[in-house]
Amino acid sequence: MPRPTLRTLSVLTVLAFCVYLPLVFFYAPIEAEEGFVQKIFYLHVPLAIVSLCGFVLGGLFAIAHLRTRESKWDLRSYVAIHMSLIFGIGVLVTGSIWAHASWGHWWVWSEPTLVSFLIVMLLYATYQPLRFAIEDPERQARYASVFAIVAGAFVPMNFLAVRLSTSYLHPRVLGSTSNLPAPMGYTFLVSLLAMVLLFATLCMYELAAKRTRILLKSRSRILGYQ
Amino acid sequence: MSLFAVSTFVVFHFALNRTTVSGDLAAGVLWVTLLFAAMLGVNRLFVADAEQGGFDGLLLAPVDRTALLIAKALTLGACLIVLEFVAVPAFALLLSPPLGGGVAGLVAVLALADIGLAVIGTLIAALAVHTRARDLLGPLLALPLLVPVVIGAARASSPLLAAAGAGAGASAHAAWPAARWLLLLGLYDLVFGLIAYAVFDFLLED
Amino acid sequence: MIFSSTLPNSNDGYVAAAYIVFFAIVLIYVAIMAVRLGRVEQRVRELGSRARKADEQPQSEQERETV
Repeated sequence: MPRPTLRTLSVLTVLAFCVYLPLVFFYAPIEAEEGFVQKIFYLHVPLAIVSLCGFVLGGLFAIAHLRTRESKWDLRSYVAIHMSLIFGIGVLVTGSIWAHASWGHWWVWSEPTLVSFLIVMLLYATYQPLRFAIEDPERQARYASVFAIVAGAFVPMNFLAVRLSTSYLHPRVLGSTSNLPAPMGYTFLVSLLAMVLLFATLCMYELAAKRTRILLKSRSRILGYQ
Repeated sequence: MSLFAVSTFVVFHFALNRTTVSGDLAAGVLWVTLLFAAMLGVNRLFVADAEQGGFDGLLLAPVDRTALLIAKALTLGACLIVLEFVAVPAFALLLSPPLGGGVAGLVAVLALADIGLAVIGTLIAALAVHTRARDLLGPLLALPLLVPVVIGAARASSPLLAAAGAGAGASAHAAWPAARWLLLLGLYDLVFGLIAYAVFDFLLED
Repeated sequence: MIFSSTLPNSNDGYVAAAYIVFFAIVLIYVAIMAVRLGRVEQRVRELGSRARKADEQPQSEQERETV
């Protein structure tokens, strides 16, 4: 199968969102305990899953980069991590809104997913400063890949540690995703798909933009301008 | 590093306005202090090599490059052990946590946490030494990575430092840390030890 | 419709806020990319006009390279 173009991906993403949003608001039933606020679940959780997978994907691309030394893998690693950071901001903000809506506080330490996310974001927030602090481009790419691999391995480890440390005395604020009734389950799957498509589309978009800029720079250098 | 730790305990006494700490508070004070003292060590770990050409020397020598990783990690680990020989008694003296029979358990937790600190510390130090803001970037990178170590170590030490007879539940005094935290620390050490071993070579090329 | 009849008034604001925040982030990202794209296009146009000017100078010794 040939690599999907930006155009097909964009169309698919728009279609997915056209299905996803009505499903969330018109099809999925209102949850008994939390009420209407639970609808944030279909936004926050897919964002979180996609963001985390994006970070791990960044690590995998980094492995490919270190193995093949081709800069295209480094570019993909960078874009995946950058996009996951942006999605991650969305996760933290929507999680905070959800926490306030259900619990009254803007931040809750008893929700292990949110806490793990904060730590992971603090780590990946150093990715760009690290890159820009190294001047030599080859070394920058190499060191960034090392970081991406270590950080990618860190993500699951961190989730394990935080989950273990969450006190069993406090019930989880944002509810668990196990035993979802069927309509909610379907809606969740569709929302996950929509987020994955959005992530892929935006990444392709950013990759295309970066490649164009690199091409532009090299062409102008060849022509003799700066 | 040891002096820094002792000074930090004094600062904690004034900051917390207490003469004794126990349980969660004691574990927290101890581990935060050890963590930040370790950061001081991490900052200095590769500086001499970077400035005096030690890296080039190693690259020229017919030696497996991972030897540098192991050597530096052992060095950092040894520094941490020396640090703890000073800091833990100072902690016991200045902030009088009720230790009881928990010393052996504490040693076990310290050992496992030291391995994690040494591995990650060495890896991040090697990463940060070639950057421009190396003193800032080192701790910035290392602190989030070390959160699982802090979680495991602090949770494990907390019952060891709890006041005897403080009641049932999480703050009851115990002589040996709960297995789950030792397993967590062990898993962390294993995973990141392997990753550091696999990845360190790439940091040394030039 | 089902939508309006099941809205409890106190919390629906939060749900709206969450979804709006999400879309705002996406839109801001797209806007930033659009600005960058504009800059790239500007540079391309600039390069194109400089290259054309260089073509017109007979004693130009610049290396010819197709863009």
